[in-house]
Amino acid sequence: MGAITLTRYLASRIGQALLASFGVLTIVFFIMRLSGDPTLLLVPEGASLEQIAQLRHELGFDRPLGMQFLSYLGDLARFDFGESLVQRAPVLGIVAERVPYTVALAVGALVVALGLGIPAGIAMAVWRGGIVERALSGFVLAGQSLPTFWSGILLILLFGVSLRWLPTSGSDGFASLVMPSLALGIVAMSTFARMTRISVLDELSRDYVTAARARGLSRGGAVLRHVLRNAAIPVVTIAALEIGNLLAGAVIVETVFAWPGIGQLAIQSIQSRDFLVVQAIVLFVSLVYVFSSFLADLAYVVIDPRIRMGR
Amino acid sequence: MKPRMTIGMAIVLALLAAFAIAAIAAPLLAPFDPLRQSLLLRLKPPGSLLGGRSFLLGTDDLGRDLLSRVLFGARASLLVAVVAVVLSLVVGTTLGLLAGWLRGWVATVVMRLVDTMLSIPAILLAVLTVAVLGPGLLNLVVVLGLTRWPRYTRVAYAQTLQVAELPYIRAAEMAGCGTARVMWRHILPNIAGPLMVVATSEFGLMILFEAGLSFLGLGIQPPYPSWGSIMAGGRQYIERAWWLTVFPGACLFAVVFCINVAGDWLRDQVDPRAASR
Repeated sequence: MGAITLTRYLASRIGQALLASFGVLTIVFFIMRLSGDPTLLLVPEGASLEQIAQLRHELGFDRPLGMQFLSYLGDLARFDFGESLVQRAPVLGIVAERVPYTVALAVGALVVALGLGIPAGIAMAVWRGGIVERALSGFVLAGQSLPTFWSGILLILLFGVSLRWLPTSGSDGFASLVMPSLALGIVAMSTFARMTRISVLDELSRDYVTAARARGLSRGGAVLRHVLRNAAIPVVTIAALEIGNLLAGAVIVETVFAWPGIGQLAIQSIQSRDFLVVQAIVLFVSLVYVFSSFLADLAYVVIDPRIRMGR
Repeated sequence: MKPRMTIGMAIVLALLAAFAIAAIAAPLLAPFDPLRQSLLLRLKPPGSLLGGRSFLLGTDDLGRDLLSRVLFGARASLLVAVVAVVLSLVVGTTLGLLAGWLRGWVATVVMRLVDTMLSIPAILLAVLTVAVLGPGLLNLVVVLGLTRWPRYTRVAYAQTLQVAELPYIRAAEMAGCGTARVMWRHILPNIAGPLMVVATSEFGLMILFEAGLSFLGLGIQPPYPSWGSIMAGGRQYIERAWWLTVFPGACLFAVVFCINVAGDWLRDQVDPRAASR
């Protein structure tokens, strides 16, 4: 494919990502105003009517909605997420402080998900129709149905309370990361196993596999030498898309394990009525999602030249 | 297409029926009032016999019978999931049908909105909206109903585009059927299968969402029981009273697992090509 089509593809994909980001900002703006008056979300409990009116004016909530929206976009463009009225500090700093914890958790979960999901998916495809596939598909369905707050608690009961191998909560180094990563990773594992299975099955049915087998390569050899490389492409894409889900799933897992990431911060901020912090977290995770799906598409094009033509 | 009803499927459907019966008949089945507290009966382990009364699943930190609370928790689960699924199914399908039938700018606007809604992670969208509106059963149902429609719209749209091209639709139009009649009588029945598959998987997801949001304190409010809120209360007593988290969680897992198995089965029936993959 020529450079022009590639540029065009890139431009349209960037346009799409920008549009999606704008859409996310708009939806979050309107959700924050669903209750009628956002000032009431932000005032401390027991504030007088005068204080509320003053704050409404300070924050500009007495202006027309269109004006509010424009200044909201303007602030965000300058990375100004406002000031937390509870902690009296810029929201950006409060959230940024917690991001590394959530990233560590997401990476841990991704390791668990890939480490379990991909072998399971390959095994399901290669030993298709047998007892292996049936057992593994039960395992995958179970993973998909597991509420993270239950699997998390079971892990705590087993490794924390009974065996006393791992700390039950908090952030005391690597040991504290093991259980939250497992709880969060098992759900994503199912997605990877399903994707890998379908992807490997697709590749196995192709002519080049038959040709390789005809040349005398064993089935396992064909899988190892040829299939996995091609089957990896869709899985890479899913991995990028899954990052957004892992960050969102962290809300519950971090609460179970008292892990000090943005998920726990979001829930604490709702409890202390610190809504600008909640807003910033939702925006952050959604934009990461939009950006990572953009990167996934980009990776797709780079890895697989066949896709560039736009089918 | 071979209709397969295995023993495994029969067990799964029986368990789901048991869940529905437990939820609907909770007031008849529960041995005690799920809200009645008793300081003398705090944190009794499962199988406790006290004063001639037995507490099969034990009691919680306020001395309430766990079995009764779990039964009433099934109610909250079923109620929220059914209403949320019906609401989002109706909204999503209507939008998808309209977009697929009218095309043009309507389709562009609707499908852009779908893409955008789907780029905000679902649980965060629900958390933010419930937090703004305030927790509670009604808000929970409304929020889930109004944030979960995009998946239905996507499927209804794609299916409508395909079906609208078929000759019998053109024939119906030429026979003088109005837009509404064509959509309702001729397109909808033909796209219902894939929509049901989405609805089943959403049903399991909504049960997980209700429990998750209640676990976070954003769903059903105490003292009313939900599996999620029972577990949130039990999290504090994890070292002393494992039953408070293990039992409600096991119910939740079992129900969602059965729904997912049933959903896979349904998908294979609706789309035999997917089954053969």
